[in-house]
Amino acid sequence: MKNLVILGAGTSGTMMSNHLISKLPKDEWTITIVDQYKTHYYQPGFLFLPFDIYTSKQVKKNGKKFIPKQVNYILEKIDLIRPEENKINLESGTTLDYDILIIATGTKIAPDEIEGMNGPEWYKSIFDFYTYEGAKALRNKLREWEGGKLVVHITEMPIKCPVAPLEFAFLADSYFKNKGIRDKVEITYVTPLGGAFTKPKATEALHYLLEEKNIKEVTDFNIERVDYENHKIIDYADVEVDYDLLVTVPTNMGDALIERSGMGDDLNFVPTHKATLQTKDYENVFAIGDATNLPASKAGSVAHFEAEILTDNILRYIKGEPLKEEFDGHANCFVETGNGKALLIDFNYTHEPVEGTFPIPGVGPLKLLKESRTNHMGKMAFRWIYWNMLIKGIHIPFVSATMNEKGKKFDKVTN
Amino acid sequence: MIKVIANKEIEVNDEGYLVDFKQWDREVCECIAGECNVVLTEKHYEVIEYLQEKHKKEEPLSIRGIKKSGVINIKEFYNLFPGGPLKISTKIAGIPKPKSCI
Ligand SMILES: Cc1cc2nc3c(=O)[nH]c(=O)nc-3n(C[C@H](O)[C@H](O)[C@H](O)COP(=O)(O)OP(=O)(O)OC[C@H]3O[C@@H](n4cnc5c(N)ncnc54)[C@H](O)[C@@H]3O)c2cc1C
Repeated sequence: MKNLVILGAGTSGTMMSNHLISKLPKDEWTITIVDQYKTHYYQPGFLFLPFDIYTSKQVKKNGKKFIPKQVNYILEKIDLIRPEENKINLESGTTLDYDILIIATGTKIAPDEIEGMNGPEWYKSIFDFYTYEGAKALRNKLREWEGGKLVVHITEMPIKCPVAPLEFAFLADSYFKNKGIRDKVEITYVTPLGGAFTKPKATEALHYLLEEKNIKEVTDFNIERVDYENHKIIDYADVEVDYDLLVTVPTNMGDALIERSGMGDDLNFVPTHKATLQTKDYENVFAIGDATNLPASKAGSVAHFEAEILTDNILRYIKGEPLKEEFDGHANCFVETGNGKALLIDFNYTHEPVEGTFPIPGVGPLKLLKESRTNHMGKMAFRWIYWNMLIKGIHIPFVSATMNEKGKKFDKVTN
Repeated sequence: MIKVIANKEIEVNDEGYLVDFKQWDREVCECIAGECNVVLTEKHYEVIEYLQEKHKKEEPLSIRGIKKSGVINIKEFYNLFPGGPLKISTKIAGIPKPKSCI
């Protein structure tokens, strides 16, 4: 018997186990998946949890429900990858052998990277919403907060779901309006980028949203430290921004496991071929989702597109055929804009769409780059799709892994 | 588009970054620096060489990378290229604006 081992049972790992179980001959391959936690979190829900839009129950389920029965599911912390020997060490001392390895260990926040962030004020006046604990603590804080300066902040790029902080700012605007205290809250959006949106075209088209919602913008802000005693963030150019409540997205890094195993870059992301998803250093090791260093968005939708291509490539690798160089960085994400509306953006490594329709060219029903209620319904429906289709590896109708250029108006990215 | 820099016709993109690194030399460098209000010193050139080296190896540039460069710390980097140090220094070094600045 040969062994295929998947590290991490989050969005990507769970999807891969579901895809591969039906594709690999059962009498030849054993599939094993390892994760440290028994809970599978619906991370996009962490955006809504602080505003009491979702309950904590709606964003977590037992991971076991989503892993096929024939897959060997191990709940344990992974200690080390030994790629030269094709072995994995688990925390208990058990070792696993593999013929093929898929790294799907994702990314997590590293608030220790910035002085003063993970200090005495963490979860008192400084919060993240990228973890279940953070989103829940922030919800409790917001329930009783009476207003002041709210600063929504990104520490450094790349971060997963790069639009989430902006959505947070939009939702905060609605939340405080509904509570009748919007006039007591000043919202400032602070980013290390040159603008609020990561893609220049989107920046141009969407800037009005910030103005409409009276959200102030501080750009090109590279944070040096948090002065938690005086409630300020300070950047390397000595620019200071005052806050009463700081909602930050700390540095995102790959798991320390990747660093221990000597397989990552500066941020513990695994160098990966961007079109095939094979790692650059080992041909029998593949990587998917947030764990890779690909210049694509770190998002569940991207992982979904990657999973289809990676499944094909693993089958090709087993047969000794050349890998398909197919992944184009396709991402689409709903951007929640508050007041029950959202917009949808769809792009890849080289294209920036401006307008059009999705998923059916010319029909929609979703409109790209335009705010609408249907898009908001789409975003809300995504939770159902996530639990019932996406991570189970069920193909989502009309949505293809590589970007469909029909029905969209776009410009080529030039840089 | 074509821009005349140091009396030479240089191809730049719409933000003024060189399109072809082969057209970069010290004179071009001094001129772009002048436009960015930067007076170049030996330390500047040390940083520029480091950036060009990283670019040649196709390694992404970031503020974090500067911390580990061994050439300069982030504070000094801000002092040498005030404003947006990565944006400005790469322009002067004749290499593309780093993706993380976009
Ligand atoms: C606030 C927020 C909003 C988001 N919104 C959206 C959205 O609207 N649309 C969208 O498409 N995406 C969204 N995302 C992003 C999406 O959730 C992630 O991109 C996706 O979950 C990535 O999947 P992954 O499998 O690569 O990583 P993960 O799902 O994070 O899984 C990694 C797994 O590896 C395990 N692991 C790591 N290290 C170890 C170890 N040493 N030992 C054992 N186990 C380990 C972890 O426990 C985890 O289960 C959002 C994310 C956040 C935080």
